[in-house]
Amino acid sequence: MYESMMKVITGYGLISGFLIVGVTMWVSYWISNTFTKGRLHGSAIAILLGLLLSYVGGALTGGQKGVVDIPLLSGIGLLGGAMLRDFAIVATAFGVSVDELKRAGFVGVLALFVGVGTSFIAGVAVAMAFGYTDAVSLTTIGAGAVTYIVGPVTGAAIGASSEVMALSIAAGLIKAILVMVMTPFVAPLIGLNNPRSAVIFGGLMGTSSGVAGGLAATDPKLVPYGCLTAAFYTALGCLLGPSLLYLIIRGIVG
Amino acid sequence: MIIYGVAFLGFCTLVGIFIGELLGKLIGVPANVGGVGIAMLLLIGLGSYLNKNGWFKGKTEQGVEFWSAVYIPIVVAMAAQQNVYGALKGGPMAILAGTAAVVIAFALVPVLVRIGNKEPSAINPAKTVG
Repeated sequence: MYESMMKVITGYGLISGFLIVGVTMWVSYWISNTFTKGRLHGSAIAILLGLLLSYVGGALTGGQKGVVDIPLLSGIGLLGGAMLRDFAIVATAFGVSVDELKRAGFVGVLALFVGVGTSFIAGVAVAMAFGYTDAVSLTTIGAGAVTYIVGPVTGAAIGASSEVMALSIAAGLIKAILVMVMTPFVAPLIGLNNPRSAVIFGGLMGTSSGVAGGLAATDPKLVPYGCLTAAFYTALGCLLGPSLLYLIIRGIVG
Repeated sequence: MIIYGVAFLGFCTLVGIFIGELLGKLIGVPANVGGVGIAMLLLIGLGSYLNKNGWFKGKTEQGVEFWSAVYIPIVVAMAAQQNVYGALKGGPMAILAGTAAVVIAFALVPVLVRIGNKEPSAINPAKTVG
């Protein structure tokens, strides 16, 4: 019986994913309504639950893909993978106001550069505080604070040790997770409630999964605006990390 | 037909990500340069063109709307496969570096919003960003 069940659940992975996520959403909205009177969005709770479960999954299996490493839940990997995620993000652009985008265009680009720059500086400063002094490690960890893709891409390009690369990935993951968790709480404080601020938010944060999750938990209407700028962030980081930013750091620490 | 909408969404997504890949190759960056963003712009641009010409109506729209509506469940599934355990195991330095980056970026949102408001954006028509 157990074997047959597993066969169905893993063989029909995507379908099981729909079911599991659907139930999670239902539970989350129930929690939202009964315990917070709807003040904390059901989607925010669902994302928190997802992150919590992925911690449990990682702790149980020692794998790197959260819940997906548990065979019973592997279907979630298909549903939440890059392919369907990107497909759905593009779909949210349907109904976007072109005027709003045009209005935010210039600050959006500015936000991208400021976002990559400040995240990098923050990462480098923390690495320095923890005793790193060589330009390669500093740059790699700083790049990790940009996103968890920029970190290893930069590290590989300038020849960082695998230990430092792992640290930079961890820093980027923390960033993505924190953005998902904190955005709904911070949003009212920073005026994140209109398309223009969402464009800026996407450019400053940049981590695609973080922005996608954080805005979904705050106000789904803002998702396309933030994701549009965030889409350029990792590439900008990969462009600047091993080149300009590395040269600057090498110039400073010698 | 609903499938027309889904196919149109698929077309925009694929073309956008393909252009992103090409741009990456062109600049020499091992990453997709704005693929999803380009796909979104395509969807907005082509979508409104088709809409004006009456190609995009009723059922066809539903093919795109469905995927837009299941966006949140997909993001929940995405959250459930983040490497949360690995991230926390990265130790205090990784946690602090990530946190610092996020806190600064949050703090800068209102600052940049103000800059954007001062900028007289209407007097800048020469910009042609594809």
